[in-house]
Amino acid sequence: MDHKRLTLFAGHYGSGKTNIAVNYALALAAEGKKVCIADLDIVNPYFRTADSAKELRQAGVELVSSQYANSNVDLPALPAEAYRLVQDKATFGIMDIGGDDRGAYALGRYTPFIKEEGNYRMAFVDNCYRPLTRTPKEALEVMREIEAACALPFTCIVNNSNLGTETTAQTLLDSLEYIRRLSEISGLPVWLHTARSDVARDLAGSLEQVLPLQLQERYFDLPSQKPANRPLWG
Amino acid sequence: MAERVLMKGNEAIAEAAIRAGCRHYFGYPITPQTEIAAYMAKKMPKIGGVFLQAESEIASINMVYGAAAAGMRVMTSSSSPGISLKAEGLSYIAGSDVPALVVNVQRGGPGLGGIQPSQSDYFQATKGGGHGDYRMIVLAPASVQEMASLTIKGFNLADKYLMTSMILADGTIGQMMEPITFEDAEIETYEKPWALTGTNCERPHNIVNSLYLKPDELEVKNMERYERYKLVEQNEPMWEEYMMEDAELCVVAFGIASRVAKNAVVAARNEGIKVGLIRPITLWPFPKDALLAAADKVKGFISVELNMGQMIEDVRLYTQCKKPVGLCSRCGGMIPSPEEVLESIRKAQKGEF
Repeated sequence: MDHKRLTLFAGHYGSGKTNIAVNYALALAAEGKKVCIADLDIVNPYFRTADSAKELRQAGVELVSSQYANSNVDLPALPAEAYRLVQDKATFGIMDIGGDDRGAYALGRYTPFIKEEGNYRMAFVDNCYRPLTRTPKEALEVMREIEAACALPFTCIVNNSNLGTETTAQTLLDSLEYIRRLSEISGLPVWLHTARSDVARDLAGSLEQVLPLQLQERYFDLPSQKPANRPLWG
Repeated sequence: MAERVLMKGNEAIAEAAIRAGCRHYFGYPITPQTEIAAYMAKKMPKIGGVFLQAESEIASINMVYGAAAAGMRVMTSSSSPGISLKAEGLSYIAGSDVPALVVNVQRGGPGLGGIQPSQSDYFQATKGGGHGDYRMIVLAPASVQEMASLTIKGFNLADKYLMTSMILADGTIGQMMEPITFEDAEIETYEKPWALTGTNCERPHNIVNSLYLKPDELEVKNMERYERYKLVEQNEPMWEEYMMEDAELCVVAFGIASRVAKNAVVAARNEGIKVGLIRPITLWPFPKDALLAAADKVKGFISVELNMGQMIEDVRLYTQCKKPVGLCSRCGGMIPSPEEVLESIRKAQKGEF
């Protein structure tokens, strides 16, 4: 996989940006790269990059996050250190952008620096099973709204089509026609497909460029939603 | 074909409301229910509906009152502090016997509190909140699928009994994502001869009002209303029983707490402890018969809640204090861990409640 110095993940809210950003950061670190990930989500105070702080720290990935993430302060704050990502060119930077156009406004302040350096990938994360992006046309609409908000055009698509714990290889295969069409009408290449690691294993051979995802453990999953051979928690 | 989609709990409420025929949404923003309003803002204009962000919670609940009086399927949504502001309107809606759906995606309180999940509005939802003698049907979803199905059910019940249905969710169920389908949507429609729809000079005009100048008339009105509430208590309690067949201990939990508790129940069963769970789906009417029946079978109860202990009072009341009731709870935006619930089950097994 080739990497740009800066990788930005944006898209519709709930499309999977945070999980992908965290896993991509871990994948880069596993290749021995120096990596810094910034949580630029100014929209949603729940389910943040900071939830994966432990895993990131263990892998040597630096996390830049609002001091208010996961707290009771509902403040759309950006960490000042986030400028490091655009200025420290010796480090691979990953930016996790908040959902929709409203989340993408936060990115705008970094856009001039990103464009000037010109070594970036701006990825549109999409899940065709999300209700407000059920058609390629609706996804394109979201894409254009985000671009208008942050003044940075997308350069590629990440296909994160999934149905949560019910996802199978077929779930992803069924999304390919939709993604092909989105690629066609947007003029953007599909950079990656993403899938939970067991699903990614099942897909081996049938798809190129699959990033396997380790998902955050959710305390509220029911016993029936957990893999049979795993402990209930811990 | 019913298709599977991946939705946030808040989105599921909004989509289900639209499918239930709701074309009027009035609200005011607050975390963690924002996606309901965002979804409505995006969808309503495309289907000829109304999305209106009012100047305040108080304004929005009174817009609900107005649209309900006009016979519309109408809703609002908010989170804990916002529901307190709506309390006056809720009382007026009850006093006027018009149907409405109100969603509370709870956060920690009291006061401005926090934005993390909570169940500390149990008292407010089930015992009043606003002034006067009145009840609301209170539905407590424990999954994204139930956020959808109970929203549709809530509209149906509201129309059937001419009262407010409240969806009492919490920040986590509002924000979490699960795959769901909408195939089971059973939309009931009811005639609304009392609605303010214009007379065309062909009938006497209707009046929707909660003011009664004569105390004896107001008393009769309240008594009539409580006859209707009795029917709700007879016909509408909903609950789930989980591993209760041979249970010697019973965990009682609703919403997100029940999901944590189920993991603890399974873990305790693995240790040989015969424990089950009763999950109230309607908090009012409370599933009292199920609890009373369990009280004759089990050694005791554990109420698992995200508050300082509110539902526990109803568990004690409706089991007529026949057996001890322990509490396992966290509050302020914290959630009991499955370990904590398991530990309280182990203690209960030893007779410590």
